[in-house]
Amino acid sequence: MHRFANPTRFMRLSARILPWAAGLALVLTLAGLVWGLGYAPPDYQQGDTVRIMFVHVPAAWMAMFSYTFMAVASATALIWKHPLADFSAKAAAPIGACFTFIALVTGSLWGQPMWGTWWVWDARLTSVLVLFFLYLGYMALWQAIEDPQKASRAAAILALVGFVNVPIIKFSVDWWYTLHQPASVLRLDGPAIHPSILWPLLVMALAFKAYFVTVLLVRIRSEINLRKIRAMQQARIAEEVGFAAPPAAEITGRT
Amino acid sequence: MREFAAILGRDLRVAVRQGSATVLVVVFFVITVTLFPLGVGPELNILARIAPGVIWVAALLAALLSLDRLFQADLEDGSLEQMALAGPPLEIAVLAKVAAHWLTTGVPLILAAPVLAVLLNMDGRGFLVLVAAMALGTPVLSLIGAIGAALTVNIRRGGVLLSLLVLPLYVPVLIFGVGAIDAAVFGLGGQANLLLLGALLLAAVTLCPLASAAALRLALE
Repeated sequence: MHRFANPTRFMRLSARILPWAAGLALVLTLAGLVWGLGYAPPDYQQGDTVRIMFVHVPAAWMAMFSYTFMAVASATALIWKHPLADFSAKAAAPIGACFTFIALVTGSLWGQPMWGTWWVWDARLTSVLVLFFLYLGYMALWQAIEDPQKASRAAAILALVGFVNVPIIKFSVDWWYTLHQPASVLRLDGPAIHPSILWPLLVMALAFKAYFVTVLLVRIRSEINLRKIRAMQQARIAEEVGFAAPPAAEITGRT
Repeated sequence: MREFAAILGRDLRVAVRQGSATVLVVVFFVITVTLFPLGVGPELNILARIAPGVIWVAALLAALLSLDRLFQADLEDGSLEQMALAGPPLEIAVLAKVAAHWLTTGVPLILAAPVLAVLLNMDGRGFLVLVAAMALGTPVLSLIGAIGAALTVNIRRGGVLLSLLVLPLYVPVLIFGVGAIDAAVFGLGGQANLLLLGALLLAAVTLCPLASAAALRLALE
């Protein structure tokens, strides 16, 4: 893992992966959408509205995946001081927040024809909403602290605290009240969804994951470039100031 | 243990002599609860139904109110650095400060809650459980809040950010706290929810000081 801690090596490697990940995301999204929206059979009860699922369910999966990714990256950054883990956690947050938002909006659009209302205070909706707030808090903390070194560690602590809390929130809300249907893909006795719907769903899930990788790489790369620019600017300022007044170390060295 | 007692005693003395936030927090709690009948309407059966939730939400907000100063004053006058440099781990100091925060804000809320429950016409069966749930839940609010306070200690006007960080984490306390009272009012007994609140308290006592102390060390660098 420490092999990839070197930003230069990462830049080289990610530049090679990036077009493939982007291409994969594009192809899979197109394939999944055409398959899901055009060819998958409508549900016998829900009709065509069931097609919202092909966006809604993968987005909800990615919302949870992104938070897990963020927490693991934060732990790696805190424990091993891995610089890229730090960038990845920061880069993953807005992507995860977007997926969470998409899951909430599509869920709301789906709820209108199915439950007859845009929003119900059901356990799953509520816990995803709380997850969205956790993402917002994480990003707000990053924004609020100026020194990127400190901001990253404070945000990492917050991500880990949130990660410990996510299951507690999830269960507490579950016991509170539930209307949403229980998990129907990941079950011990096999999926309860017919293959004709399950396959496009899985294609879409893969497409979302490829999209996540693409945007993540772009964001990490821009973060690295940003830090480089920052370091260069600081070096130049130090140089300019150096001509006007010698640095403190030099003065104390002479006395 | 001696250090714990020393910091706790100091914080309580400071709170008493400064005429601290305690009175303000209780007044805020009472006013917030008073607003609900004005907003919802004075029908006693509706108020009785929503009483547990209203009291708990107001308690969450009141606990949040005094959090932003939890570590800030000590950071400004340098005593936090002394605590970090002293022999005992910073976690002990955090725990002592949280205990002081709870004694000066949490306990007054517990005492005020039954009076507000009377005003909201809450069912008589819920009173004992209300006090028990508040006694188990308010320390959790102080403990989780300390993490947020430690993370935002260096940020000017960190109060709004603090509420954004902390309120989502308060959700389980709210749910179990209200659940216990509702169960008691419906004659089911609030035991299960009270036990869960107790479990939350135990987990928070062990884990939260670690996170708060880590965040404070970062702020002191």
